Amino acid sequence: MEKHAVQLTGSTSDDSRLRAFFRSLSRQKMLMLMSIPFLVWLIVFKYVPLWGWMIAFQKFRLSKDIFDQTWVGWDNFKLLFKEEQFYLVLRNTLVMSSINLVLGFITAIVLALLLNELRKVFFKRIVQTISYLPHFISWVVAANIVQAALAPEGIVNILLLKLHLIDKPVLWIGIGEYFWGILGVTEVWKNVGWNTIIYLAAITMIDPTQYEAAEMDGASRLRRIWHITLPSMKPVIVILLIMNLGNILESGFEPQYLLGNGMNIEYSENLDIFVLKYGIQMNNFGLATAAGIFKTVVSFIFLIAANNLAKRLGESRLY
Amino acid sequence: MITRTFRNSSMSDRIFDICNYIFMSLLIIVTLYPFVNMFALSFNDANDSIRGDIYLWPREWTLSNYEYVFGQADIFFATFISAARTIIGTILSVICTAMLAYTISRPEYKLKKFISISFIFTMYFSGGLIPNYLLIKELSMLNSFWVYIIPGIIGVFNMIVIRSFIEGLPDSIMESAKIDGAGDFTTFFRIVLPLTVPALATVSLFVAVYQWNSWFDVFLYNSSSPKLSTLQYELMKLLASSNTTAGSGSAADHYAAALGGHTQIVTPTSVRATMTIVASLPIIMVYPFLQKYFVKGMVVGGVKG
Repeated sequence: MEKHAVQLTGSTSDDSRLRAFFRSLSRQKMLMLMSIPFLVWLIVFKYVPLWGWMIAFQKFRLSKDIFDQTWVGWDNFKLLFKEEQFYLVLRNTLVMSSINLVLGFITAIVLALLLNELRKVFFKRIVQTISYLPHFISWVVAANIVQAALAPEGIVNILLLKLHLIDKPVLWIGIGEYFWGILGVTEVWKNVGWNTIIYLAAITMIDPTQYEAAEMDGASRLRRIWHITLPSMKPVIVILLIMNLGNILESGFEPQYLLGNGMNIEYSENLDIFVLKYGIQMNNFGLATAAGIFKTVVSFIFLIAANNLAKRLGESRLY
Repeated sequence: MITRTFRNSSMSDRIFDICNYIFMSLLIIVTLYPFVNMFALSFNDANDSIRGDIYLWPREWTLSNYEYVFGQADIFFATFISAARTIIGTILSVICTAMLAYTISRPEYKLKKFISISFIFTMYFSGGLIPNYLLIKELSMLNSFWVYIIPGIIGVFNMIVIRSFIEGLPDSIMESAKIDGAGDFTTFFRIVLPLTVPALATVSLFVAVYQWNSWFDVFLYNSSSPKLSTLQYELMKLLASSNTTAGSGSAADHYAAALGGHTQIVTPTSVRATMTIVASLPIIMVYPFLQKYFVKGMVVGGVKG
C-alpha cells in the first residue's frame, strides 16, 4: 500500500528521499492504523466496482466467474446505441434534469431573496425551519403525499373543481404528458427550502453599508435586490451551476421509480431505471453496465466543460 | 443580521412586504398541509374517511389505525429494523468518518494527500448499480443486515465537513496534547471528538436521515428476507400496490383481499396515512433542533467540497 502511495505522491527516483519518506511514515503508525483500514474499505467497495466496468465488454453470465466470461468488445455499446428504448430514456433523463436544474435554481434564488427581505427575524426562522422539512423526509413518503394529493379525490382536484377550472376530476399521475411537470413541482416542493441555505449564507457576507448607501441614493427595494443582493450571489450561483451541470444525467431515481406507472412510463423512465430493468430484472448485465458507464463518462465531460466555461468567463470555478 | 432603518418606507415597499408575507404564508401551507392531512386521516375512523372531506382535523377520532399498523408483525419488525440500522449505522459511520477525517487533517501525515484524493475521486467515478450489486453478491452480503451499514460507512462529503471543522480548531490544542504525550488515538478520542460536536451533529443527522429513509438497498439486496425489511420499504410496497391499480378503483379491494377480514377496521388510505406519519415523525421531531448545526455544515461542505 505504502509503495503505491509513494509512486503517486512523491517524485522519487531519489533513494534518500524515499528512505526519508518511509522513516517519517514509520513514525506515523497510529495515523496509519486509523486510516489504512478505510483505504482497504475504499478499494473493496468503490474501486473494485470500477473494475467491474469490464462487464460492459463481456457477454456476462452469472454462472461464470468474471474472468471466465466471453469477451465481446464494444458489442454491448453498439447494441445500446441501436436500442430505441435507450434514446427514449435518454430524452426523459435530459428533460427531467434540465427542468429540475432550471426550476430548482430559479425558485431557490427567489426564495432566498424573499427570505432575506423578511424583517421579523422570528417569522423568518419559522419559515426556514418549515421549508427544510420536506428535504428530510423520504421519497417514499413524498411520493405517497404526491399521489394522495393528485388522486381523483385528492386536494388538487378538489381545489380545481371548487375554482371551476376543471369540470371533473383528472387522474394527473396517469397522464404521461403531465409527468415532467409533476416531477418538477415535486422536486421544488421537496428541496427549495434546503437549496436556499447556501444562498442565504452568501447574502450574509454582503457589507450592510452597501444597502445604506443605496437607500441614501433613493434606490427602491427591488432595485437594491437587483443591483446589490443578486450580484453578490453570483460566484455561488456559478459554482453550484457547474456542480449541477456535472449531474445533468443524474435526474434522480427514486421519484421516477416511485411515481412511475404503466400509464406514464414513456415519460417517467430514465437512465437509472433503464439500468435497473435491463440489469437486475432482465439479467442483461453487460448492456446495463454499458449504460451506466455512458452516464458516468458523459457526466464527467459535462463537468470539465462547465468548469472550463466558467474559467473562460472569468468566474470562480470548482478546481 | 443586516440592520436597516425603514422609517420612511414608501408605499411600494409596504406593498412588497405584504406580498412577501402572503407568499411565505402560502409556502408554509403548501409545505405543511400534506402532513397535517395525513395526521388527520391517520387518527380518523377509516370507514368514515371514505366519505371524504377530512382536511385538517379528524372527524371521528380513533386509534385503531395505529393499533392495526403496529399489530401487523411485518410492520412491527420493519420498524425495529429501521430503528436498528439508523442507530447502529449512524454511530459506526460517524465514528469511522471522523477518525478518517482526523488523520487527513494532520498536516504532518505523509499519506494525507493520497488518501484525500483517493476518496474524492470516488465522488465523480463510481462503479454503478450492476458492478455494485455483483460485488455485494460476491461478498455474500446479500440478505444480511450489514449490507445496510458497511458499504456506505464512509461518506466522502461528510468526511470533508468534519475535516474542515477539525482544520479550523486551534493548533495549540493538538500540540499541547502531543507535549503531554498523547498519541494520535488518544488525541482523537479525548480531545478532537468532544471539540467536533457541531460537525458530528450535522453528519449524524445526514447519516441518520439517510438510514431511516432508505428502501432501495432493502429492495435490491434483501427483498427475499422479509425479516430484514424496513418501514420505508413496507410503505413503498403499499404505494406500489396502489400504483398498479391506480384509477381502476380497485386499490381498496386489492388491499382488502390481501389482508383478509380486516376490511371493517382499516382501508389502504388510512393505513398509508398512518405509516406516512410513523415514517416521518422521528425526522420531524429531530431536525429542527439541529438546524443551526446543519446549516453551518452545509455551507462548509458546500464551499470546500
